Amino acid sequence: MAEALLKVDNISKRFGGLLAVNGASFSVAVGCISALIGPNGAGKTTLFSIIAGFLSPDNGRVFYNGADITGEPPHRLARRGIARTFQIVQPFAGLTVRENIAIGAHLSRRGRGEALGAAGEVARSVGLGAQLEAPAATLTVAGRKRLELARALAIMPRLLLLDEVLAGLNPSEIRDMIPVIRGIADNGMTVLMTEHVMQAVMSLAKQVFVLAEGRVIAQGTPQQVAADQRVIEAYLGHGAARRMAVGAGHG
Amino acid sequence: MKTYLPIIVVVALLAAVPLFTTSNVVLNFLVTALLIALAGQGWNLLGGYGGQYSFGHAAFFGTAAYATAILQVRYGVNAWLGLFIGTAAGALVGAAIGALTFRSGLRGSYFSLVTLAFAEVLRIVASVAPITGAGVGMLIPLDLHAQAFQFQSRVPFYFIALALVALSLLVVRAIENSRFGAYLAAVRENEDAASALGVDAFSVKLCAITISAAITATAGCFYAQYFLFIDAGIAYGPWISIDALLAPIVGGAGTVFGPLLGALAIKTLGETTKLVAADAPGLDLVIYGLLLVGVIGLAPRGIAGLLRTISRLRPSSGTTLEDSHG
Amino acid sequence: MLSPVILLPAILNGLMTGAIYALVALGLTLIYGVLHIINFAHGALLTAAMFAAFFAYTLLGLDPYLAVFLLAPLFFVAGYALQRFVIGPAAHGEDRNFLLVTLGLAIVIENALLYFFRADTRTINLPYAFNVVEFGPAFIAVPRIVALGAVIALALALWAIMQWTDTGKAIRAVAKEKLGAELCGINVAHVFAIAFGLGTACVAVAACLLIPTYYVNPTAGDAFVLIAFTIVVLGGMGSVAGALIGGLCVGVIESLSSVFLGESLGQIGIFALFIVMLLVRPSGLFGARA
Repeated sequence: MAEALLKVDNISKRFGGLLAVNGASFSVAVGCISALIGPNGAGKTTLFSIIAGFLSPDNGRVFYNGADITGEPPHRLARRGIARTFQIVQPFAGLTVRENIAIGAHLSRRGRGEALGAAGEVARSVGLGAQLEAPAATLTVAGRKRLELARALAIMPRLLLLDEVLAGLNPSEIRDMIPVIRGIADNGMTVLMTEHVMQAVMSLAKQVFVLAEGRVIAQGTPQQVAADQRVIEAYLGHGAARRMAVGAGHG
Repeated sequence: MKTYLPIIVVVALLAAVPLFTTSNVVLNFLVTALLIALAGQGWNLLGGYGGQYSFGHAAFFGTAAYATAILQVRYGVNAWLGLFIGTAAGALVGAAIGALTFRSGLRGSYFSLVTLAFAEVLRIVASVAPITGAGVGMLIPLDLHAQAFQFQSRVPFYFIALALVALSLLVVRAIENSRFGAYLAAVRENEDAASALGVDAFSVKLCAITISAAITATAGCFYAQYFLFIDAGIAYGPWISIDALLAPIVGGAGTVFGPLLGALAIKTLGETTKLVAADAPGLDLVIYGLLLVGVIGLAPRGIAGLLRTISRLRPSSGTTLEDSHG
Repeated sequence: MLSPVILLPAILNGLMTGAIYALVALGLTLIYGVLHIINFAHGALLTAAMFAAFFAYTLLGLDPYLAVFLLAPLFFVAGYALQRFVIGPAAHGEDRNFLLVTLGLAIVIENALLYFFRADTRTINLPYAFNVVEFGPAFIAVPRIVALGAVIALALALWAIMQWTDTGKAIRAVAKEKLGAELCGINVAHVFAIAFGLGTACVAVAACLLIPTYYVNPTAGDAFVLIAFTIVVLGGMGSVAGALIGGLCVGVIESLSSVFLGESLGQIGIFALFIVMLLVRPSGLFGARA
């Protein structure tokens, strides 16, 4: 059993009257791809922001590599080796692709020339090699998603948090992106992704956590989770599992 | 990576000017233009490169000017030492304002407002405090010797101003080529994304405002030595806050030569206006205001931007003065 | 120093002055609430309006309280035109540019006034300007009471416009969600210009209310600008109630600090409050989180 690189322990977060996250707990094993899924409003993005240091939880702790990182600011988490991409892409619009990625590369490289050079390599690894000198603002959505990925990879993280990295992509772009993500994990990176695109989750993730109404209601392999009654109810509504079983019996 | 060659060339060309003319009018024009270029380069670092628009750079200019004046007049400190202490004082004020405002997460318009407020507070205090001479101002006694940082002729002042401007150009170029400069640009473009990549935005901005304040502060000390008289309106007045931001914007914010180009442009415009309209008060500032609106509306990247666009249109374009990203 | 004979008039006068501040702040907060941008030209526009009111009296013989009905629409149109044809296009939609463009405009307006009218300070002499009404130990000038009443009336009128007219609804829509409003067919550039026009009209009214008791020179508006900013930050950017209550509070604070610290340092009380508010609670007492 692989040891846990990231451990989320009983996290809760309230926004005024809304309890967005309600005692969520799970552990992400090192060296494989895990997915956090759940219906809209389940609290995935809030949980992600808490893990990535952009929000502080009201209760609970987050552990990384054994250390308590709860409430640490994002830049310090990056230095520990945690990288994140944003659901709504945030390129440095006025800079070129190379300069964008170099910002990440600078975390471990002081020299400008070094960082710019390293940026080139990272760009090629995600398929942006041809657009290195282009201004980030001229990239398509798919290109910007790859740029987000490249920037995050440039800080040489151990844990990569992908926040709906496939959102907004058309089917062929998704099909092109999946091998890129798989390639990253194959190199030993631990990946935690939140996703709505189920085909990606099924084909990429080794372990899936299902979040509904702010807490983890099921976890396991993608196949186990897809067959879980509680998960079906969470997505399709109360009684749906039974209706589906009855329907299958008649079909 | 950008080279230092253009800076050396420009400085050398400017240094040759006194060989061709000893006209006081020309030298005075150039000295005041260099003064604005220096103050503007300070603003440029924080505003053009860092994206934080200060409307109160007078706070750093005035503190340094008063510091060196007070040290000389009341405590007999040497003027050159005053230059260093004044610069340090201005930098300290920058660090203080930065620590307070950035810690609170103030951005955008709020930041501009608060810097405006700080400058105004200092102006009011200086206009009534005994140590600054209150409403009367401060006069640095005439002592035309090099060790007192005063000269009979304008030429030494010109070279000193040029040296200070050259230093500021080198510093900014060095920052452009450094990790700090890259981080500063990232913070300007998108602070949250930068944090996620390990950039400590608060430290970066604090560092930027301190260096920015130091550069503008040096201009303040120089002003005190060149004109030998300051009061609250001169030291902390809106005129310097406006000039310090107008020069880089007109010349090209976020470029090394922007403030210098802009300072020359606005001084030229100012002098031309004076010729046309005699000494009617206000007209030169009307032109400045229209210039600001015009530049933002029609040529937001300033003179440097226009030059870059022109050089790209010409088929055989070599390196321009403002080398593009590489 | 603390006797009621000194404090009461100071407080009452502070309230009267505060009413004018509130009106100026109202214009500023209206513009911020809709365009989400701080209008640095606000003070200069106030100065221009004060000159207009001055000349309306000296050249046209128009009593300031009547001039309101001429100048408010005039300045509404001017404000509308400025936003629609100068500021909006020049700023290219970027917040930073808007700051600089309004700053540039402020410089142009103030110095144009300086160029045309010199720096002399002017006042007008209304025959009834010095009539006073007694409030215990305090004597309050009639024009100031009229000002307070006018401000309240105007605030109510603006509130009514916002609540009940189609234009008001369009303004509120754009203020809340620009893109959505645009998708509903609302002409955002037009609404921005109307908001700016209304803000400028507020300033014109304030000028007419000020002129009976205040002086005019090219920097007269400056004194009010930073105070207006302080009020808007205190009361919350975009909050009408905040501007009103904040204005009255600031008027009183300024009056009291002048009593204790002297005239010029009274201003410092305002600035200090401003800086503290920005550092501690930039969203103000009534505003939404920025």
